[in-house]
Amino acid sequence: MRALNRKLLRDLRRIWPQSVAIALVLACGVAVLVMATGTLQSLSETRAAFYERQRFADVFATLTRAPKAIADEAAGIEGVAAVEAGIVLPAIVDLPGMTEAATARVMSLPEAGQPALNLPLLRSGRLPDPARPDEVALSEAFATASRLGPGEAIAITLSGQRHELRVTGLVLSPEYVYAIAPGSMTPDDRHFGLIWMNEAAMAESADLQGAFNTLALGLARGADERAVIAALDRLLSPYGGIGAHGRDRQTSHVFLDGELQQLGTIASLMPPVFLIVSAFLVNMVLGRLIGLERGQIGLLKAFGYSTRDVALHYIKMSAGIGVLGVALGLSLGWLAGHWMTALYGDYFRFPYLIYAPGAGPVVLSAVLGMATVTGGVLRAVLAAARLSPAEAMAPSPPPLFRQGWLDRLGHGAGLRQTTMMILRSIIRWPGRAAVTFFGVGASVSVLVACFYMFDVVAIFMDEVFVLSNRQDATLALSQPVNDVAIVDALALPGVRLAEGAFAVPVRLHSGPVSRTTTLQDFRPGAELTRLLTPEGQPATLPGDGLVLPDRLAERLGVRQGARVAVELLTGSRETWEVRVAAIIRQSLGEQAYMANDALFRLMRQPPQVNMLHLRIDPAGLPALHAQVKATPAIAGLTLWTDVKAEIDATMDRSMRVVTTIFSGLGMLIALGVVYNAARIQLSERAHELATLRVLGFSRREVGYVLVGEMMLLSVLSIPVGWLGGWGLAVLLHRGFSSDLVNLPFGITRHSYALAAVLVLGSALLAALWVRRGLDKVDLVMALKQRT
Amino acid sequence: MCANPTPPQTAPAPQVVLRAEALAKVYRTGPVEVHALRGVDLALHQGELVVLLGASGSGKSTLLNILGGLDRPTSGQVWFGGQDLTHLSDAGLTRYRRDNVGFVFQFYNLVPSLTARENVGLVTEIAANPMPAEEALGWVGLTARMDHFPAELSGGEQQRVAIARAIAKRPGLLLCDEPTGALDSKTGITVLEALVRVNRELGASTVLITHNAAIQAIADRVITMADGRISGDTRNAHPVAPSKVSW
Repeated sequence: MRALNRKLLRDLRRIWPQSVAIALVLACGVAVLVMATGTLQSLSETRAAFYERQRFADVFATLTRAPKAIADEAAGIEGVAAVEAGIVLPAIVDLPGMTEAATARVMSLPEAGQPALNLPLLRSGRLPDPARPDEVALSEAFATASRLGPGEAIAITLSGQRHELRVTGLVLSPEYVYAIAPGSMTPDDRHFGLIWMNEAAMAESADLQGAFNTLALGLARGADERAVIAALDRLLSPYGGIGAHGRDRQTSHVFLDGELQQLGTIASLMPPVFLIVSAFLVNMVLGRLIGLERGQIGLLKAFGYSTRDVALHYIKMSAGIGVLGVALGLSLGWLAGHWMTALYGDYFRFPYLIYAPGAGPVVLSAVLGMATVTGGVLRAVLAAARLSPAEAMAPSPPPLFRQGWLDRLGHGAGLRQTTMMILRSIIRWPGRAAVTFFGVGASVSVLVACFYMFDVVAIFMDEVFVLSNRQDATLALSQPVNDVAIVDALALPGVRLAEGAFAVPVRLHSGPVSRTTTLQDFRPGAELTRLLTPEGQPATLPGDGLVLPDRLAERLGVRQGARVAVELLTGSRETWEVRVAAIIRQSLGEQAYMANDALFRLMRQPPQVNMLHLRIDPAGLPALHAQVKATPAIAGLTLWTDVKAEIDATMDRSMRVVTTIFSGLGMLIALGVVYNAARIQLSERAHELATLRVLGFSRREVGYVLVGEMMLLSVLSIPVGWLGGWGLAVLLHRGFSSDLVNLPFGITRHSYALAAVLVLGSALLAALWVRRGLDKVDLVMALKQRT
Repeated sequence: MCANPTPPQTAPAPQVVLRAEALAKVYRTGPVEVHALRGVDLALHQGELVVLLGASGSGKSTLLNILGGLDRPTSGQVWFGGQDLTHLSDAGLTRYRRDNVGFVFQFYNLVPSLTARENVGLVTEIAANPMPAEEALGWVGLTARMDHFPAELSGGEQQRVAIARAIAKRPGLLLCDEPTGALDSKTGITVLEALVRVNRELGASTVLITHNAAIQAIADRVITMADGRISGDTRNAHPVAPSKVSW
């Protein structure tokens, strides 16, 4: 081995704690990059393959009833490559041994052959025999949660009729990779499932012989989706079509897309923070080492080593740290990627989901990691390598200090001399102070961005479950009924309070923009459901006009006072011109609202309800479930406490762990930055600090100079970190919002405070750790050296 | 030959400030043992100026470090007044240095980021009964330069700042390790003049280490060390002013 390389290895060994500290920060960046990009790639490739193999449709339409011949007409629309017409109905499921009623969506299987689109993928057993009306297949997740397998019996209530059925197989569907009940946010496999049943049996039950109520289209390459949707809407409107939509409003697809977008955001935002900090750390630590080795550099050059040889020597040293960081980061990222992917496997039902990041993310991470350390050291290396041998061998000039504003400030405030030493050191080496300042700030930012996720969920949960929805349960009715049903509902077991609601599908038009949604009534003085002002407070709403959620108003390009055309998509299908009377905020979905009186006046109908919100005595719940299972008029039951518990559990499982990891990484930045900065301080100022000890300063007082500077910079960096964290959170927030979910943005004071406390704690720990080195400084030896 | 702790019977007995008995110091580096001190007995009296002479490795710095509370003897004892230094904790030694000892080093050991006044301020802020920093700098003739940083001062000026810093606490003991070692003779003499002045006028017992034999002429007492032992201890009846010394 060449002598210079041997020196390299020994130098690296000598500064190993600092090398490891930098390598760890670098490893965090590399790990997040490999984890996020790899998971992103695995998820999107798996999704693409699954969609293609199971022929996931491009356009989806729901209608009341249309003859089969209409499906053939739909096939004739320009750009349509495949058509699948079928029946989809809601059902109540009575599971053996389960008190609560579960709800399900029942989907038809064609009488002959496979569906042309949205093929169910068989996981076990077999698909129902077309000749057997009592056979069904279940979604795998629902069956697993309910411990059902092929051969077992279930009973469902479909269109008011009870069916005793036998399970033949378990399947997965591209339409329900993320399987959530309408209006929910997280999958609840115990209470919501998917059932595939022979079309003939369903048609008979719902009186849909020779007809269909759902249509899916596959588009040819290059087809104009908007034109197809417009043509389809025209075709289906006489048959109760409530507006077709593309994948962009298909629930499962939208949630998957949101997740991919979030991963993309994390992959593009987080790694740069870690990589930039490690570049500055390399610059700080190796810059200092190179500064100490000026004499040796001069000597090497005097011996005849070229500038290139010398530069290469130090670049190799940074590469050593880089290799360590990248290797560590790749391993950590690989593990985290496997773990994240497994976590996704719990929510997204794919036939397989394997973390296989491929060469791309690995190479990208490795190259970026190495570029980071090399870039970090380059300036110091070039400056040192360019020195002439004579210049390099001469001792570097002592640091110059000048009197300035700081002195007036310090003397005016009567600061102690040890405090002045801290302040002057910061002013004299502003670059080094800036690395500590921004490094610690970055650490705070990462933590704030992590905690923001909790805050958003907490605000969301508060809005949805405390401020807006105060009911215990919501019953969906199969058909709209006279609002006398509200009084009838009070007779159901355990019901203490009942309020009715009515929703109807509409299309809103404002100029060239139109949007399909539902129009729901609100009743003045309602106790159980309330709408919120844009500020998140219960709103008092006008008795006339349209009330729109802020996002929907934004999409339509309207403000309060504007006029919107409301096209009713059922019944009379008439269109009304209505003034926008108020804007509200809504986290889940984007329904439009209108006061109960005004809505039925426009519809020229007596008041009706198709939903019942209930407050329930928990003791009466089992009897209520039994009643729901036996009442054909009830199409579904949502227990809000279950929904809340499910969301809470999801957050517990996924988010808590993810944020714990990220906040751990965030604190590691503070540890790495402060540790390195304090080490450099200690080695450069050992002489000065030893002098203080000799003069009679105690260990604690001398430690103050070292720890005080680190902590002062850390404390000053907190507001900057908060600001950065807010910015990161705003960017992350974009990934959280979709057509279906409009989460409120907010970061609590508690989060800001916790981020500050954790980071200051980490910084203090690192500084105190280094301070222990002061105890090892040999006072006598330190005094023998020339400053 | 050992120092005699008993003062002459005829003169009024000057008070003993510091007393050492049978001091030994052994440094161990692996299997190698270096005996830096081999049984030193010594008494320093109130206000006397002692020059400690000796070749490199004779043990004079080790002795000074132990007297100043920077190091502990391997065996033997040291008393400052009635206080036994050998059994003091680390905090106790810090307290001893803080309240009683002023140090002057060969390389000045000023804090580069503090001005002359602030360097002296370092000590006046923590000492029990200090004089104002300005007064201490006045003693060494640096009133006009007190707002300069060390890098803006000459070597002699820096050493005088170090002296001002050492005396500002009104120490009972002033320990100077080669204070002129890094200076040319002319500058060295101004530093010695400052030292003699503060010794005479403030009454601090002063020990000055040097390997420069010419300096012994300014002392009240000259102690010579060789091979870890005191090899000579003589009184100088007629100390001369530093300006009369040259090397």
